[in-house]
Amino acid sequence: MNGIHDIGGHHGYGPVIVEANEPNFHEVWEGRMLSMMIGCFAAGVYNVDQFRHPIEKMDPRHYLLSSYYEKWLCTVEQNCIDTGIVTRDEVDARHKQLIEGKVT
Amino acid sequence: MQVVDKKNLLIPEVGLRVKALESLLAEKGVIDPAALDLIVETFETQMGPKNGAKVVAKAWTDPDYKKWLLRDGTAAIGKLGYIGVQGENMVVVANTPDVHNVVVCTLCSCYPWPTLGLPPIWFKSAPYRSRVVIEPRAVLGEFGVAVSDETEVRVWDSTAELRYLVMPMRPAGTEGFTEEKLAELVTRDSMIGTGLAKSPG
Repeated sequence: MNGIHDIGGHHGYGPVIVEANEPNFHEVWEGRMLSMMIGCFAAGVYNVDQFRHPIEKMDPRHYLLSSYYEKWLCTVEQNCIDTGIVTRDEVDARHKQLIEGKVT
Repeated sequence: MQVVDKKNLLIPEVGLRVKALESLLAEKGVIDPAALDLIVETFETQMGPKNGAKVVAKAWTDPDYKKWLLRDGTAAIGKLGYIGVQGENMVVVANTPDVHNVVVCTLCSCYPWPTLGLPPIWFKSAPYRSRVVIEPRAVLGEFGVAVSDETEVRVWDSTAELRYLVMPMRPAGTEGFTEEKLAELVTRDSMIGTGLAKSPG
């Protein structure tokens, strides 16, 4: 599908910003997200195309503003919901518990 | 996504949402957190551009290997053990005085993990992906790579199935260098095409 991700040749995004001595992960959760993506792939939750599809359907504003691993969260979560492994309500509830410090 | 905060357009407390999903998937037996620890450790310790540098250094010193690498990158890289997830099918393109190659993934972030590790943020960013296909010389200039007008610039757009590795030109003054010493001159950016191999000394 075409969409915001199909960005080759677009104008207006400004200069390429290079970070010196960039680490693999800027936050611990980014490493968890990467490994969870691989774990779910290995578990057969999605193939490459199914992995990319929800990223390509993201709200264009969210797509452009979010980090790489936030995009991965969107697609892994969506794929886990689409395949019936979890529900959005379950993830919302656990997320809320973590934010409120009710679980660790 | 439903969970996106309409005000800031990002997922609030995103790290905790990752944790929420991981804990649920672990409880349901889809993933094993210990296996995830191991994956993170592997990326931190075993993957990265030093693997690709060994491939390039071997090709610089072994003409038969170079021929094989350019003809069948997947097999030749596989011989050194650097084929795997996100690098199943590899094409190696060689820089020459006449041709400078540079790699992008305009649609996303496809990158040869086994040879280069994880891509830097700029490789995945909108400015690089949008611009390098229409004004590659300008983008290369921002990376400090000046390509003469006589040199053709070829931009390779990666796909989910096919990944590219640039074989940079061997720097002058490296005659007689061992593969190990040569590999130290091969930078990540030189294998993406946004850099050149380092000069010795």
